[in-house]
Amino acid sequence: MNERKSRFTSLSGLDIERCYGPDHLKGWSAEQDLGQPGAFPYTRGCYPHMYRSRLWTMRQFAGFGSADDTNTRFKYLLDHGQTGLSVAFDLPTLMGLDSDDPLARGEVGYCGVAISSLADMERLFDGIPLDQVTTSMTINGPAAVLFAMYLAVAEKRGIPFGRLGGTIQNDILKEYIAQKEWLFPPEPHLALIVDTIGYCAAHVPKWHPISISGYHIREAGSTAIQELAFTLYNGLTYVEAAVKSGLEVDAFAPQLSFFFNVHNDFFEEIAKFRAARRLWAREMERRYHPRNPRSLQLRCHAQTAGCSLTAQQPMNNVVRTTLQALAAVLGGTQSLHTNSMDETLALPTEEAVKLALRTQQIIAAESETVNTVDPLGGSYFVETLTNRLEEGALELFRKLDGLGGMVSAIERGFPQREILDASQRYQHEIERQERGIVGVTEHREQDARSIPILKIGPEVEQDQVARLSDLRKSRDPFKMAGSLEELQEMASCHQNLMPPLIEAVKAKATLGEICAALKEVYGTYHEPVVL
Amino acid sequence: MTVAAAPLRILIGKVGLDGHDRGVKLVARALRDAGIEIIYTGLHQSPEQIVTTAIQEDVQAIGLSIHSGAHNSLFPRILGLLREQGAGDIVLFGGGIIPDEDVPRLKAAGVQMLFRPATPMHDIVEFVNGLRSER
Repeated sequence: MNERKSRFTSLSGLDIERCYGPDHLKGWSAEQDLGQPGAFPYTRGCYPHMYRSRLWTMRQFAGFGSADDTNTRFKYLLDHGQTGLSVAFDLPTLMGLDSDDPLARGEVGYCGVAISSLADMERLFDGIPLDQVTTSMTINGPAAVLFAMYLAVAEKRGIPFGRLGGTIQNDILKEYIAQKEWLFPPEPHLALIVDTIGYCAAHVPKWHPISISGYHIREAGSTAIQELAFTLYNGLTYVEAAVKSGLEVDAFAPQLSFFFNVHNDFFEEIAKFRAARRLWAREMERRYHPRNPRSLQLRCHAQTAGCSLTAQQPMNNVVRTTLQALAAVLGGTQSLHTNSMDETLALPTEEAVKLALRTQQIIAAESETVNTVDPLGGSYFVETLTNRLEEGALELFRKLDGLGGMVSAIERGFPQREILDASQRYQHEIERQERGIVGVTEHREQDARSIPILKIGPEVEQDQVARLSDLRKSRDPFKMAGSLEELQEMASCHQNLMPPLIEAVKAKATLGEICAALKEVYGTYHEPVVL
Repeated sequence: MTVAAAPLRILIGKVGLDGHDRGVKLVARALRDAGIEIIYTGLHQSPEQIVTTAIQEDVQAIGLSIHSGAHNSLFPRILGLLREQGAGDIVLFGGGIIPDEDVPRLKAAGVQMLFRPATPMHDIVEFVNGLRSER
């Protein structure tokens, strides 16, 4: 029988056979490799009852314009049934710059919300009960500063830190690898991350001090195997740094969280979530022998793949996102963001983001896929893929070990080059029409229908600049300067920086001033150019 | 006697704060593979840095990738700096996340070409090769 192609491959380039059966699972053991849901090695899920007891958290990433604009969007999402908040910051904030920095010109409020001071943070969460919602903040280089602002807001409102739940992304290794928003060289950044991990272990027990992220690695063009391998290896690097600093593994490992992409290859993506949980449990067990089983569990957030969306025929993106969201659910994610159809063009409009949220709600309420745990467990194909992803990741682990660990591999450009090569292979496959993209390589239309997109006006930047100017005039300059000196001194002698950061934001030091003070101590970083 | 055409020298870079360099690197690789000399600036370049590098490296064109939404501010600032420094003959082109409705205004301001998402690499190479005959 003639087949349509001579070779069928997964999106990551794995050869896919016509049909899978028992022969593919020789040596595989349901007891060792699958286990029970909620039990080692957690292939089937972190919890025994999964979505039968609690659905995933529907968490749409949102942020644009001023703190007030985003506050309005948060309230809109909560009113429409969203169950957690997720803050997108603008690029100046992500880079630790104030809205009035010369490098921020033209970028204030565009990719997210502009937050330069504690006052901005207070307006962002005005009227939102911080002890009742959980908040995820996508912030990395200056994560500790924004976290300090959040804690200071809670303190002002009299909410004990023990009642705060949420996440800061705070994953700097993937910044050097993929997203490219760093402030300092790797070593001091790692130390700052360990500070937040230690501080949360002691004072903010329900907070996830880090979300170890494969999302951006995948968006930069990696394969599923590279995403899995680099993310988990980064995770192990953070654990090692925290343990070396003197923390007990069980004191902090239960608070670690992960963040994965969900791309187009339906079964490969489901297998990726399963392989991630198994590999993490096995590596944590082998290396650290934790006593608390929660230290072995990989809990994650997932986001559908932004890079899979097309500007052409944007309504098709709703369908792509639906399939990806279903894969994340079948993979057993703990929380999910579904992209809006207009996100290849701009930040989403209210209507588009509501449809994306409704997509998750339809899967939860109508598809009946949530009634049993790990419904694809035992499938010859999915178990084979799970095995191959785990093996592929372990092979990359060995290469990274050989390069002396992740920091040294990054300095040599290894993960960056692997990802760039993979993205070029994918690009060639598209251009040779070995892979189709509906609306781009096939079923094209001449008169593309346009959809409304969100506009950010220049007044956002003007208002932010004016507010910062007022803030600088209204504060006690000696108290502010003193708080920064204290911070620098603590940084020089390697003390935990969370307490002086909280003091500095309360003394009205701005994000940019705090980050500049730390750069004086830590220096900056220039990446090796990989082309 | 014929004089061999000087090789094309093009500056490819990222301007502003955004770190999305997947597309720009693929474009740089494709142009390099097509025999064009590429000066790649790396990330986080200010408009001033881009223009200074372009003049120092004596490039014929600047190709910039912007995914941050700051295109309406960054492209005009670069065009202004090029003119101020007497380098208005350097061609400026770009790509990234740029809504269709912003394209006519940017082109009228002097950006020669803006490539939409999912543009075939071949089209970009062809455009850059076309710059030879213009000089």
